[in-house]
Formats: sequence, structure tokens, C-alpha cells
Amino acid sequence: MRSERSLAPYLLFMPTLIYLAVFLVYPLLKALFMVITPEEGTGYTLANIYAVLSDSTFWEALKNTILLAAVIIPLQVFLALMLALFVNTKFRGYMTIVYLITIPLALSDVSAALMSYNIFSPSGYINKILLNLNLIKHPIYFFGFNATTSEFWVIVITEVWRATPLVFIILLAGLQMIGREYFEAADVFGFTKFQKFIYITLPLLKPSLQSALLLRTLFAFQIFGVVWLLAGRDIPILAGETFYQQTELQQYHIAAVYGFVIALISILISWVYLTFLKSAKEV
Amino acid sequence: MVKVTLQEVTKRFGKTTAVNRISVEIEKGEFIVLLGPSGCGKTTLLRCISGLEKVTEGRILFNEGDVTNLPPKDRNISMVFQNYAVWPHLKVKDNIGFPLKIKKKPTQEIETKVKWASEMLGITELLDRYPHQLSGGQRQRVAVARAIVMEPEVLLMDEPLSNLDALLRVKMRSEIKKLQESLKVTTIYVTHDQVEAMTMGDRIAVLKDGKLQQIGGSNEIYHKPTNLFVAGFIGSPQMNFINVEVKEEENILIVATSGLEIPLPPAIPIKKSEYILGIRPEDIHIKELPNSTRVTGEIYFVEALRSDTVLHVNTDFGKLVVKIPGDFDAKEGENISLYIDNSKIHLFEKESELSIL
Ligand SMILES: Nc1ncnc2c1ncn2[C@@H]1O[C@H](COP(=O)(O)OP(=O)(O)OP(=O)(O)O)[C@@H](O)[C@H]1O
Ligand SMILES: [Mg+2]
Repeated sequence: MRSERSLAPYLLFMPTLIYLAVFLVYPLLKALFMVITPEEGTGYTLANIYAVLSDSTFWEALKNTILLAAVIIPLQVFLALMLALFVNTKFRGYMTIVYLITIPLALSDVSAALMSYNIFSPSGYINKILLNLNLIKHPIYFFGFNATTSEFWVIVITEVWRATPLVFIILLAGLQMIGREYFEAADVFGFTKFQKFIYITLPLLKPSLQSALLLRTLFAFQIFGVVWLLAGRDIPILAGETFYQQTELQQYHIAAVYGFVIALISILISWVYLTFLKSAKEV
Repeated sequence: MVKVTLQEVTKRFGKTTAVNRISVEIEKGEFIVLLGPSGCGKTTLLRCISGLEKVTEGRILFNEGDVTNLPPKDRNISMVFQNYAVWPHLKVKDNIGFPLKIKKKPTQEIETKVKWASEMLGITELLDRYPHQLSGGQRQRVAVARAIVMEPEVLLMDEPLSNLDALLRVKMRSEIKKLQESLKVTTIYVTHDQVEAMTMGDRIAVLKDGKLQQIGGSNEIYHKPTNLFVAGFIGSPQMNFINVEVKEEENILIVATSGLEIPLPPAIPIKKSEYILGIRPEDIHIKELPNSTRVTGEIYFVEALRSDTVLHVNTDFGKLVVKIPGDFDAKEGENISLYIDNSKIHLFEKESELSIL
């Protein structure tokens, strides 16, 4: 009896464990194996790692990926928080607004990138409108090797538009879970609107904020479709370089190093979030 | 100190009228208790006074100032919520002290006050805990502590002792009453516990279905209930109610039913014939006394509380509940003679349920 009972939880875990082993641990080990073996020949080597680390494109890709994350995530969280607070006032017809805000959730990154291209390309909406209004004589080039700055911002806008709804949904759910009575107590005890936000809303929203941040940071390091379609390799990024090495150059072992770096960063981020930002024991 | 005036205050939620045209003047420093059964609108009325709920009709004045449309934070009130509303992310001491911090009181003063309140409520050991580490009764005491450190002009308490054990409740009752007397803060206290109401309130307002039934001191509420509801709601065991007719015999009015005839004092305005006679269990005696009416019946149940004995007696006109002080040796099935004190009877019109005696 006793041993059966103590086995039960592990048996219940088995499918998950098997899944993780087959689809996560094995590929990771395989990738690690590729990282430390040469493209041709046998034995172990650090040559792949050395090759990547000494390639300036890698550092640029790393820099761009971090830069994009650093710009996009705060923007998304800020926007999503504002939207969630606004919607949570539950004005008439607020559900309609929720549906409108969450439409982009249904789009893949490729469709989002294509829509964005249609807006910003030389023959896109923006240029058409500006040309028709005679505000400009020639189309503005948002894309191209000489326009990496505007490319960068178009990517930021597209990503913010595409992925903010996810953060918004998590934060809205979090807001709606906070009991009304906590705000009523704050009202009675003389909190101003701002004090309620700082001392009640934010702390009680912390778990949701953390989930949203963790998800978004992980996804940000895997950013690929939008950048690849809008900027190609004008703005190299980690995932893009992995793809490029793998399919264009067929440097599978180099690609493995890139892939492994993304995995390592993801694991590191999760660890940092879970360890340092864990919502103490307070909620 | 503030005088709170409610003028025809009404609160409707859609079709439900939770508070129905309530007018009360609560004097400066008065301790008033709102008493009534579950769902009668006590919490809603309190929330209207706090400003958390907007009144549908009527006005609320603090002294001469109209606060009807002021938000809660501008009313200088504090409140113990029925569901405590203790902030889950703050330790007990911060929960109690936070309202003071918001008011920018010096840290030293906050500490002193938190200490004082937590000692009074017996929660000094809990100051460093989070609310989820507390029992319901402990959380409730934190809520009370948070409300009293504020020194508000009006203190609103919604069943602040409902979750405490009997012993602690009795102790807290006197503590809160003493505190209120020393702070002289106008207090509105909600409860559905009539003992709490009787012992704490300067005046008691009895509510039913959102309507004010009666307001007055415990003596008045107990001895001169204005209607059948108040008479039945106050007092334990409940007042006995007997359907009677009023007749005139030899020039005096008597109430009568099978096996019972009680003469009425003169000058009672009688219009109809159907009435309900009310007599409290302690106004029925087992020894004969002057100006009393003898009835007989069979004991069918005995509650021996030792401090009192409660007899349930079957008579010709229905069941009578009788409360006798002290121990009384009675056997179920025995016949017994009872004496109703004629001077203590109440009479209610059957239709309007209003008291006429
Ligand atoms: N927000 C609301 N929406 C709709 N109806 C409400 C709302 N709040 C209260 N009511 C209704 O108003 C009436 C009075 O409720 P209230 O909470 O004031 O009762 P109460 O006297 O405090 O009862 P209890 O002793 O159970 O706490 C009830 O019928 C209740 O269902
Ligand atoms: Mg209530």
C-alpha cells in the first residue's frame, strides 16, 4: 500500500519526464555534442566555439538581440500595464476593447512582419499617404543596408504591436484577481489614486508581472521571424545567425554553437528570475 | 467629534432596495449599533456612510457639512470590514501602521501606536507575520487595530467580533466600548448579535429589509418594542406570541383565547378584534404573584442552563416558553401552573404588527 502510494506521483510525472527527455534533453545533448566535435573528422574540439567567439558577427548578433530585448520588453510591459489598468476600470463595452487589443495574438510573426512591411515599404501606406499629402517628394526608405536605425525601430514597433497583447492578457488577469476590498480599504484609509497604485496594485500584481516578464524575456532572445523578414542580415541576431549558418552556409556545428548560446541565455534568465525575483513568501 | 445625520438615505441595487429611506441623527461621540438579521442592509448602510457606496437617494451630513458626494478618503473615517480586507502583501505591523504612514505621521509615533493597538488586541506576537499566516479571528483583530490607530472622526465597524471565540468576544466587547468612550469617537457598529448590541450601544437601531424598525436605548428597545419584529428579534429565548381576541366584559377590556383571559389596563386604543399578545419568557412565573393570570399546561421540554431553566410548556392556546432563574427541578410530562405578569404584556395589531401596548 505505502510503496504504491509513494510511487504514484512519479508515475504521474512519467509522461512529462519522457516528453522532456525526448524533446529537450536529447536535442540539448545532441547540440552539445555537435558543439564540441569538429565539422569533419573525429574527436573533441573547442574549434567551433573559438570560431564563433572570434567572429565579430556573433558579438554583433548578441548585442542586437540584447538591445532589441532591452528596448522592446520595457515598452511592452509599460504599454500592457497601461492598457490593462485602463481596461480594468470596466467601462461600458470594455470587452470589445479587449478583443481588439488581443487580435495580434492570432498572428504569426511572419504575418506580422509582412503587414508591417506593407505599411513601411517604399510603396507602403505611410509613403503613399505622405506622398499624396505632398509632404514628401520621394518615398522614405525605412529598410535597407543604409537604414539600419529605422529598420531597428520598425522591428521594435512590429514586435511591440505583435506581442504586447500577451503581456496585456497576463496583467489583466492578474489585476482582476486582486480583491476589490483591498482597494476599498485603501480608499477608506486615505490613499490617493497614485498611492493605491504604488502600494496596493503593483505589489499584488507582482506575480503576474514576473510571469509576463519571464515569458517575454525568453521569447525576446528567440526573436527571429520579424527581424529576418524586415531586415535580413542587416541587423544580425542570434536566432537569425543560427538559421543562416544552418541553411545557407550549412555549417551545422557552428549553428549548434549559436543554438546552444540561445539555450544557455534562456536557462540563465529563467534562473535569475526564479531565484532573485521570486515573490518572497509574501503573497 | 462629528455628528452624523442620515436623511432619507436609500440605496438600490437594480431592483433590490438594500437601504430604504433611513433617517437617523447620530450624536457626537455616540456609540450606535445597527442590528438586524442577515441581508437587512447593515453593511450597505455602513458602506454608504463610508462613501464606498453612492447613495441612490437622500443625504448624509457630518456635522453641518454635506458629505453625500465626498469620496471616502475625504470623510476622515476608518472602518473595520466584514471580510477584514487586511492587505495580504503587508506584515501585520505594516497593515496597522500603513494608514498612518500615508498620513505622513512620524515613524516614532507610528511605532508607539502600532504597539499600543496590538497590545490592546492581544496580537503583539503576530506583528511580523503576513496575513496568510493568521487565523480568521487574528486577521479580524488586525483589522480592528488598523481602524483604531487612525483616530478618525467617525469609526465604522462591520461585525468586528464575529469570528472570535466567546471568551475573547466578551473581553473585546468591553475593550472596544472603553476605547470608544476614551476616544469619544462617533461610532457606528454593525452586528447581528443582540447581546453585543444591548451591551455596547448607547442606542440601537434595528433594521429589517432595509427599513429602520426602531431606534433607542437598550431599555426602550427591550421593554417597548414598536412592532412584532423588534419584539421577536430582541430577547432570548424569544418573546411568546399568542393570537388573541380583544373583548369587552363588565366594562373592562380583556384579551382572550381558549384557556386564557387577561384584563387590559384602561385607555388602550382598540379598533379591531384580532391581536397578537406578547409576553417575554421571564415575565411568566411559577409562583403566584399579584396582578397575574394563571394558566396550566404540560411540560414537554426542559433546558437546564443551570443559571436559568427554560421550560417549554404546552397549553390550550399553544406553546409557552418560560424562563426561571436558577435551577428548577422539572420533569417532562408533568403538569404545571404558570403565572403571567399582567403588567408585562405586549399587544400588537395583527395586520400592521404595530405595538399598541
Ligand atoms: N453590490 C450589490 N449588488 C446587489 N445587491 C447587493 C449588493 N450588496 C448588497 N446587496 C443586497 O442588499 C441587501 C443587503 O445586503 P447587506 O450586505 O447590506 O446585508 P447585511 O445586513 O450586511 O447582511 P449580513 O448580516 O449577512 O452581513 C441584500 O439583499 C444583498 O443581497
Ligand atoms: Mg454585512
